[in-house]
Amino acid sequence: MKLSTQLILSTLTLATSAAFAADQPVIGLITKTETNPFFVKMKEGAQAEAKKAGAKLMTATGKKDGDTASQITALENMAAAGAKTILITSTGDAIIPTVKKVQAKGVQVIALDSPFEGADALFATDNYKAGVLIGQYAKAALGDKPAKIAMLDLFPGHPVGAQRHNGFMSGFGLKANDAKSNELSSTAETVCAGDTDGNQAKGQTAMENCLQKNPDINVVYTINEPAAAGAYNALKKAGKEKGVIIVSVDGGCQGVKDTAAGKIAATSQQYPLKMASMGVAAGVEYAKTGKKVSGYVDTGVTLIAGKAVAGVDSKDTKLGLDLCWGNK
Amino acid sequence: MSTTNKRPIPWGALGPWIALAITCLFFTTQSDRFLSGENLSLVLQQVMVVGVLAIGQTLIILTAGIDLSCGMVMALGGVVMTKFAVDYGLNPYAAIACGLGVTTGFGLLNGMLVTRVKLPPFIVTLGTLNIAFAITQIYSEAQTVTNLPDAMTTLGNTFNIGSTEVSLGTVTMLVLYALAWFILRETAPGRHLYAVGNNPEAARLTGISVDRVLVIVYSLAGLFYGIAAMLSVARTGVGDPNAGQTENLDAITAVVLGGTSLFGGRGVILGSLVGAVIVGVFRNGLTLMGVASVYQTLITGILVILAVAADQMSRKGAR
Repeated sequence: MKLSTQLILSTLTLATSAAFAADQPVIGLITKTETNPFFVKMKEGAQAEAKKAGAKLMTATGKKDGDTASQITALENMAAAGAKTILITSTGDAIIPTVKKVQAKGVQVIALDSPFEGADALFATDNYKAGVLIGQYAKAALGDKPAKIAMLDLFPGHPVGAQRHNGFMSGFGLKANDAKSNELSSTAETVCAGDTDGNQAKGQTAMENCLQKNPDINVVYTINEPAAAGAYNALKKAGKEKGVIIVSVDGGCQGVKDTAAGKIAATSQQYPLKMASMGVAAGVEYAKTGKKVSGYVDTGVTLIAGKAVAGVDSKDTKLGLDLCWGNK
Repeated sequence: MSTTNKRPIPWGALGPWIALAITCLFFTTQSDRFLSGENLSLVLQQVMVVGVLAIGQTLIILTAGIDLSCGMVMALGGVVMTKFAVDYGLNPYAAIACGLGVTTGFGLLNGMLVTRVKLPPFIVTLGTLNIAFAITQIYSEAQTVTNLPDAMTTLGNTFNIGSTEVSLGTVTMLVLYALAWFILRETAPGRHLYAVGNNPEAARLTGISVDRVLVIVYSLAGLFYGIAAMLSVARTGVGDPNAGQTENLDAITAVVLGGTSLFGGRGVILGSLVGAVIVGVFRNGLTLMGVASVYQTLITGILVILAVAADQMSRKGAR
């Protein structure tokens, strides 16, 4: 008798918790890699927001940047597992057909950080603006000297790489493509360009080769802070680290520290935590009201500079360090 | 198979040198900055990591094996040596020794799995590639290790020969190549390695312990990856968990371009150095010309096919 009461009670508890789970909004988060501090921070933001809103969060990542196959599998699995909203930092356009498939099943798909065609909405840094800010800074810091610029890019064909590159040039006052273009602009002032994969060792190699091509380079645009650190190394080895302005994009803690130390002159900081928490909130909203979000939401970008220059609005590295991602 | 005392000069071994000469000649006509001591010294610095990885890779490929894990094992070694020194305050030399120990241990593991469990090297190293990558990321939390003690970047320092700056790392690489060349050519263990690669059964019948040779080769290769990690750390001044991702295949590319046969038993170690340099020369030369680096990848791909095709044809000819 006693045993059966217990049995009934526990069955009841199970049933209620299952019923509760069915009402709980399920949200998926798919990032590019498991370990990159940028995505760690993103996951943090999503988890905090999900906890607050009582949503269930599923997460998955690719094995490395460019691993669209893992992201496609994750999209399918999450849709099958009942996610009504999936947040994804696309690692390539190969995911688009699968995104359309899950959208057809009523899933809202929101792009975080990296845009792609067909997402319901995009929560991201304005990468063109991020480029414009460091372009304006570099121009003001250089003053009247003729510019000789090295462009240390990501790899060919990536929209974020093109937006930052062209944004920088436009901010610098050079003729450049607009934010929609995927082509890297070049002018007489951009004396050298190289691909870095956003990697320090490759950034160093690219900068070394650029210095061979033109030893008088005085401004270096870099796709991200590891590439900037590599460029600084190359300049230092050539004894040229003093007179050259390095600018970058990201705002990771190591990058902000390098900015404080004067290796990087200025960097545009972006906010992964915000992208994810806004994404989760939109997912909860969709689960409750059936209303999808749409369009582009700018999650903000701040120019962090070691030294402020006249005419350009910037924040100091102390603020940058408060808001950065990665190990402080 | 004919056994001769004489070591005939393999004409195929000249191919890489000719390719390098033509490449250099081409870039000399395209940029007046290319053919300077400073620029060429730079190219050597840029290839030293892949160059040293390629020594280990060559030893393994000479035994008809392959090592897909080399770059990842190197990354792990680099993270271990820098973290031990920076986070635990270990003496830098002891920390480097720990890093070398880890990479050599991975080599030993590869060797044991190939000989004791009899797994194909491709599968074994595909496994250890993933294992080493994952451990590197977990252990480092994907964070770059900075603020290294000076002793760890010594090999990145340079000295002058005439007006040309040469880095200690470049010299290290060249010394290692000379050493490997001498051992492979002039010592009994070196000749055993060729014998095992040529025909393991015949080698066994002549009294060579094939398994022992293989275990030593894989462990030694691991040690070379550790030295490559030292060079990478010295060059970049950080312990980078994302190092080595393209170097895995770049090292194999260097060996293949250098004329070593993927079927084992044939090849000259200096060819691998030339192979690594060819790739570096293209990267440097195309930048000087202002050509996008994706063309370097394209050209490398074509050269790999040509090199393997040349090897195949010379094998047919030898039959």
